Amino acid sequence: MSLIEPIEPAAALEVRNLVTELRLRRGTLRPVDGVSFSVAKGQTLGIVGESGSGKSMTCLSLLRLLPRPGGRIAGGEVVVAGTDLTKLSDRELARDWRGRRISMVTQDPMSSLNPVYTIGDQVGAPLRYHRIARTRSDARARAAEALGKVRIPSPEARLHDYPHQFSGGMRQRVVSAMAIACAPEVMIADEPTSSLDVTIQVKMMDLYRQIQEETGVAIVLITHDMGVAASICDRIAVMYAGRIVEQGPAKELFRNPAHPYTQSLLSAIPKLGEKRKRLYALGGQPPSLTAMPKGCRFAPRCALADAKCHASYPGETNLGAGHRTNCWRVAEGGAPHAA
Amino acid sequence: MTRFVLRRVLQGMFSILGASVIIFVVTRLSGDPVVLMLPPEAPEAMVSQMRERLGLDLPIWQQYFMFLSDAVTGDFGNSYRWEMPVLELIRERLPATIYLASAALVFSLMLSIPFGVLSAVWRGSWFDRFAKGVAMLGQAMPNFWVGLLLIIVFAIGLEWLPAYGADTPKHVILPAIALGWYPVAAQTRIVRSAMLDVLDSDYIRMGRSVGVPEGVLIWKYAFRNAAVPLVTMMGVYFASMLGGAFVVEVVFAWPGLGRTVVEALFARDFPVVQAGVLFAALMFVAANLVVDLSYGLIDPRIRNDR
Repeated sequence: MSLIEPIEPAAALEVRNLVTELRLRRGTLRPVDGVSFSVAKGQTLGIVGESGSGKSMTCLSLLRLLPRPGGRIAGGEVVVAGTDLTKLSDRELARDWRGRRISMVTQDPMSSLNPVYTIGDQVGAPLRYHRIARTRSDARARAAEALGKVRIPSPEARLHDYPHQFSGGMRQRVVSAMAIACAPEVMIADEPTSSLDVTIQVKMMDLYRQIQEETGVAIVLITHDMGVAASICDRIAVMYAGRIVEQGPAKELFRNPAHPYTQSLLSAIPKLGEKRKRLYALGGQPPSLTAMPKGCRFAPRCALADAKCHASYPGETNLGAGHRTNCWRVAEGGAPHAA
Repeated sequence: MTRFVLRRVLQGMFSILGASVIIFVVTRLSGDPVVLMLPPEAPEAMVSQMRERLGLDLPIWQQYFMFLSDAVTGDFGNSYRWEMPVLELIRERLPATIYLASAALVFSLMLSIPFGVLSAVWRGSWFDRFAKGVAMLGQAMPNFWVGLLLIIVFAIGLEWLPAYGADTPKHVILPAIALGWYPVAAQTRIVRSAMLDVLDSDYIRMGRSVGVPEGVLIWKYAFRNAAVPLVTMMGVYFASMLGGAFVVEVVFAWPGLGRTVVEALFARDFPVVQAGVLFAALMFVAANLVVDLSYGLIDPRIRNDR
């Protein structure tokens, strides 16, 4: 633990105590339950966790794109440039924020583009609606520029093409071009590469890093792939059952994972040259949203859990250098080692 | 693309040929036209002379081939009743039918597009239920009955619109509603379900995430994707309205092909009935072909595949 806490650069995005509810016929669920994190300008925060941990819901909440009817933000703040987005009307959010200052790249690039409009139309759309481009030809020129930024060859010629004329990797670039067209301060990338080939994944990650260096955009990267997270993220937040259980600088978190869940995630990564009969897999299932444990949500699967863990949710323990975790074992001193 | 069009034209010709055989046989089953054309007390010799003159004494297959070989050259014979070439009669009556069917189509789309789109946007709302009710009403009532109700309310009761004839643009309103209300239910349903699918799609969310206004998302981004099934359905209804506006044309005394064919049928005016039905079949086939070709205009994926 260092004695002097490094001064964190100004946050481009700050999320405080975000709670998202889904009202369904069978009851109200809370897929996101009190999530807090921040991302500095020019930095990348990775949010990792199993499927169903609330990563995507967190993402959709930031831009308020929750499924309707039923989805709503029940509490907390999403602050970009001093403005709490949760307080804005839908109209204000669409007009001044979505795509302009905070944008999103979704999970499936194959279905994220409208099949019946040209690429030029779609990449130009945010530029036109945010009045960055005043005329049609200006929008085209700027759309081509955005396509060039994501390294699409001969962008002017491809403006008139339709999505089905692009490969999967190229479509993901087009989607990314849409997201960065207006030079937003924050970009959310929800598993942007999980449907692509591994070689293309690496290229996309390199591309995001280059774009970040050029524009200083803050990126929130949602992934379930610890390898991807390790390769690009400055900070990592580990999500479990709707809450962040541990977050910290990427290197520190990989070197000294504090939470038993983080530890088990890391030991699930196979290492090159290591001889193991079977890959490690964490037993059990994440708790159902309809039956959340009263105490620590990981307790039912945790080898170190005791009565206290089952009884109440642990508070945050600061491990220094922005490394924080919620675990009774850590709070009571000494890094636990289960895995 | 050319091969596709050729194949469809060939298929269409077979359908029309089939329709011609059926109508030829069926009209001849309906009875002897000569009996209606001559006074009951006409001598037998006169009747058989008349039959001979019209070619009705020949075997039916011979009659059919005569009809067919003439029809290919554009000669559909003369009307027994109006005593003029059938082709001329059809040319005179067809525009009114096309006009009425187009007006009916426009009316049905004016209801079903906003109904379908807004029902999907506001699913489960009072509007959704209201639109469904209005649409179902049109499908539940036979169109002659709708026509009569419209006449009673808007022509006789309120005296807003004329009840029959085709003199002014106003005249087309009531028959167009009577004819166009029926397909509203099916069209609304297809637009609604297509819109529900599209509105939940990733590309609509993507559009929303970059700040495209909601109205543009719904009416431009989503609707164009939802339009393909509507165009298919609308084409079929339009074709059937072109060829099947018989009852509505009679109710509103509309001077179109439908009413002409109905009158010809009662008079056993075979050439007119044959040609009228043949034209209806022709238009049905043509409308379907136009629909198939129009997909490419809406969806670029179809444009390139063929």
